[in-house]
Amino acid sequence: MQETIQIHNETDAIVARQRGRDMARRLGFSVVDQTRIAISISELARNMILYADHGEVLICEIRDPQGEVGLEVQVVDNGPGIADLEQAMSDGFSTSNGLGMGLPGTKRLMDDFVVETAPGSGTKITIRKWLHARYM
Amino acid sequence: MQVPILKMNDVLIVTLGNEITDEEAIRIKQDILVKIQDTGCEGLLLDISVVDLIDSFMGRVLNEIAEMARLMGCRTAISGMSPQVAITMIELGLKLEGVYTALTVERGFDWLRNT
Repeated sequence: MQETIQIHNETDAIVARQRGRDMARRLGFSVVDQTRIAISISELARNMILYADHGEVLICEIRDPQGEVGLEVQVVDNGPGIADLEQAMSDGFSTSNGLGMGLPGTKRLMDDFVVETAPGSGTKITIRKWLHARYM
Repeated sequence: MQVPILKMNDVLIVTLGNEITDEEAIRIKQDILVKIQDTGCEGLLLDISVVDLIDSFMGRVLNEIAEMARLMGCRTAISGMSPQVAITMIELGLKLEGVYTALTVERGFDWLRNT
């Protein structure tokens, strides 16, 4: 299962989070985990619109080497990149009048959280949730 | 999507739906404030029992509605938050401060009427 959603505005972000929730439900995630995934997609897609104007969200089913099922979301843009990642990851920090909880908040909601970014070369954020609790 | 604002015994009651767009949320906020002025109601009940997600934008809108209503002289209660919404709001770091919360519409209504 894989889906790609182009993000240009907040309505696209809502579509992306609905698709993420739907896939999480099909994979057997609990309602709380479905909501964690959906809210994370919402925050990251909104961040992207704010800082990079547009980009895309890829949602796919994954398996680890032991065959464990997970859901992975990639939020990718070609925007300005994040100059100070440590600062961006601190609670309450925002350079754009946002609420400043997008990145650290999303990290708390998910099992894996990886940021690849450099000034001028865009940002790719990969988040994952694993179906079974031993990963929690 | 037009969200009805009901008036019952000097309390305005609004049921927020699922997957409200940003534009709809901003319009609902304005409609509620105008309705407070038009009716003179001193209580506002926002029922969110069917809302399946509150992200930072929606959290900000709810806080703004409650604070703006307070400035006008109207108290706000929020009712019916589901466990998954409460869990994800706290994990994300969102707060609803200064807003009375109630398990059900009935309890929120009673609080607005009786305190």
